[in-house]
Amino acid sequence: MNKVLFFAHIRDAVGQESLQLEAAGKTVAQLKAEIAEKYKLEKMETVMTAINEEFAMNEEIIQKDDVVAFIPPVSGG
Amino acid sequence: MNYEISKEPIDIQAVIDKVVQREAGAITTFIGTVRELTKGKRTLFLIYETYEAMAVKKLQQIGSEIEERWEGAKVAITHRVGRLDITDVAVVIAVSTPHRNDAYEANRYAIERIKEIVPIWKKEHWEDGEEWMGNQLETVAYPKGHPEEKDLNE
Repeated sequence: MNKVLFFAHIRDAVGQESLQLEAAGKTVAQLKAEIAEKYKLEKMETVMTAINEEFAMNEEIIQKDDVVAFIPPVSGG
Repeated sequence: MNYEISKEPIDIQAVIDKVVQREAGAITTFIGTVRELTKGKRTLFLIYETYEAMAVKKLQQIGSEIEERWEGAKVAITHRVGRLDITDVAVVIAVSTPHRNDAYEANRYAIERIKEIVPIWKKEHWEDGEEWMGNQLETVAYPKGHPEEKDLNE
């Protein structure tokens, strides 16, 4: 299983801070597209993805137990 | 613990103390504060949220980049999260270097990098609503799903 974390406006749209789901074998892009469709998320092209707390490429394949996080454009500082 | 996320008000002097070194001839301190007016719109307060584990790692990365680029630099950064009122301190960056020019440059680099790669978000609360802000105006898209090399390495 994989833990998927949401933040900021994505968390508001999904309605939860995280989900447990089976994403092993999927690419980052695939998972992103599925979640975007399910929760009707827009502007996903501006959203980065992290796997185990490091930025990941769209083509990267998610492994068993990886923690995936969707990172909307940041606004710290 | 030179890189921290804090739920409490930041002790500015404590951040500065972390970069004191005998080799330094300068310490620059950047203090980011909550501004009331942005393009005429009045902010009531902000909520900062973070992906803490990753944010600390990314702050450390920024520190490593600076130490590599400016010889002898020592860096400490604390970013606050939670509810912040107008004039509250949101971030403190301290950089010490042997010479002052490097301390100014490296400190500027740190704040610009925070705005690019550290997973912290602010929600603006106005009199007539609220909204999560994304790199100011959402001008940056990541077609490949992550910041490009040029975004990450300036």
